[in-house]
Amino acid sequence: MDKITESLLKLVSDWTEDGYKGAFNIRENGGCAGRMSTDNIKIEPKEGGSGIDIYIAPGTKDEKVYIPACISKSGVDDLVYNDFHVGEDADVTIVAGCGVHTDGEEESSHNGIHRFFLEKNAKVRYEEKHVGTGEGGQRKIDPVTDVDLKEGAVLEMDTIQIGGVDHSVRTTRGKLGKDAKLYIRESIMTDGNEYAKTDFDVVMEGEDSGVDLISRSVAKDDSYQEYHSKINGNARCVGHSECDAILVGNGKVNAAPELFAGDLDASLIHEAAIGKVAGEQILKLRTLGLTEEEAEQKIINGFLGA
Amino acid sequence: MFKLENVKWTAEDGAEILKGIDFEVEEGTLTVITGPNGSGKTSLAKVIAGVEKITEGSMKLDDVELADKDITERAKMGVAYAFQQPVRFKGITVRDLIELADGSKVEEMDVCRIMNKVGLCTQDYIDREVNDSLSGGEIKRIEIATVLARKDAKLLVFDEPEAGIDLWSFNGLVEAFEELKSEKDKVLIVISHQERLLEIADNIIVIDGGLVRQAGKGSEVLPTLMHGEVVGDCPVGKVRD
Ligand SMILES: Nc1ncnc2c1ncn2[C@@H]1O[C@H](COP(=O)(O)OP(=O)(O)OP(=O)(O)O)[C@@H](O)[C@H]1O
Ligand SMILES: [Mg+2]
Repeated sequence: MDKITESLLKLVSDWTEDGYKGAFNIRENGGCAGRMSTDNIKIEPKEGGSGIDIYIAPGTKDEKVYIPACISKSGVDDLVYNDFHVGEDADVTIVAGCGVHTDGEEESSHNGIHRFFLEKNAKVRYEEKHVGTGEGGQRKIDPVTDVDLKEGAVLEMDTIQIGGVDHSVRTTRGKLGKDAKLYIRESIMTDGNEYAKTDFDVVMEGEDSGVDLISRSVAKDDSYQEYHSKINGNARCVGHSECDAILVGNGKVNAAPELFAGDLDASLIHEAAIGKVAGEQILKLRTLGLTEEEAEQKIINGFLGA
Repeated sequence: MFKLENVKWTAEDGAEILKGIDFEVEEGTLTVITGPNGSGKTSLAKVIAGVEKITEGSMKLDDVELADKDITERAKMGVAYAFQQPVRFKGITVRDLIELADGSKVEEMDVCRIMNKVGLCTQDYIDREVNDSLSGGEIKRIEIATVLARKDAKLLVFDEPEAGIDLWSFNGLVEAFEELKSEKDKVLIVISHQERLLEIADNIIVIDGGLVRQAGKGSEVLPTLMHGEVVGDCPVGKVRD
């Protein structure tokens, strides 16, 4: 594993000199730079190195599995399929960061296609952090996430992308069974000429299922962000999405939320707000001694949870 | 010494809100500014803090003119202002605000000392976000705490600190003001309609229609207020005379 990969791993996950504690699979420039299974979590390569299957045994508790992917040079176009099979009643955390570094002229891209199969009452916390570093060609990260939640399953996804990724399209699809819950928190900051798109389409099929989607984004300089979410409720269910965007400079945001209710008892709410940093927030922080720039930075960092 | 001379402020829409305010406040005293709703008290607080710029006049803190300083510069000179309508954020916690106010990382014990004064338990609030989930009284008390946390404050303006605050916390607040006063080196201005605060005021200034209607020792001004002399007039119906 090269030095750049190591520094990317530190940025996107809690990598230390001693490596990870728990099961892991490190993908580096399309190859495998390390893999370990535990008694309860088995990681198996797919044929042809196109990805991995992660099997989490029923009832596994409090374990963490790391599946970071890094690209440390220009000219890499990586496509990977990762499937998570989470057994009944398991309760685990999955850390899946992605870092792309370029210093040559060519672009590099990482496409991660993640499929989650959560069995009855399984619970997963999924953390994903994206970064781009280096002075070279375009850095692209286009994650696709497919979620299948069986009865009572709960998936909490926490995704964050703060700077350095020139182009990203994040696609999330989901299907929820009875009592299943999907919580998504995403924070995205773009600057320069970056482009980021978020596209959610989630269907609640089961009674008393629920989706809560909170997206916070900051578009700076000449960057552009698009947000499209569609929440479908085909049963008695609760769906809520909130898209909050802050514009700085010439940043542009297009938010297009959509709700579909196919059942009389579906209760769906969407909130969206786009605007510059609230003037009164800046004023308050300035009265505490911050300059205008410091105040804005503080407000944005807080907003993004950075 | 904090001294205002002929302070005028015209709002963006062209309305003259402050029409020439003069007064002086000494360190180690508590001055309460009172007056009818809409008389210009908050406007006055805002021009002192620099949130709004005066259109005419002078405001000197220890002979240094504030009028040409911006908000940040005034804050650094020791001007502190507790908003009448506290600002809500997303993702900024009580700890963040207290640390910004204090100017450094704070120990839980220090936060505790400040939060106690406004009647809040640190443990319950320190990591709370200062957002819509806080009740009116809670956010008001946090707002006051952000001003009490300013160790370097020389001129403190509290805009209706009593608003929305329960009786128990209010007693603590009165103590906090008395403590600030006893430090002797601070100019303390409280905008209030509250009798308890008017009673402990060394000086009372009554603002009406953007002008100082009355100013003097608390003991002299208070009785006249209690007798309910109504000032001002209504150009439409002339209900007041
Ligand atoms: N930015 C502004 N633009 C126009 N008018 C304003 C502005 N700010 C305040 N005013 C007006 O100035 C007057 C004084 O307002 P101010 O907030 O100072 O009153 P106040 O004395 O603090 O009242 P209260 O007791 O209700 O807090 C009001 O009539 C208000 O509508
Ligand atoms: Mg007011």
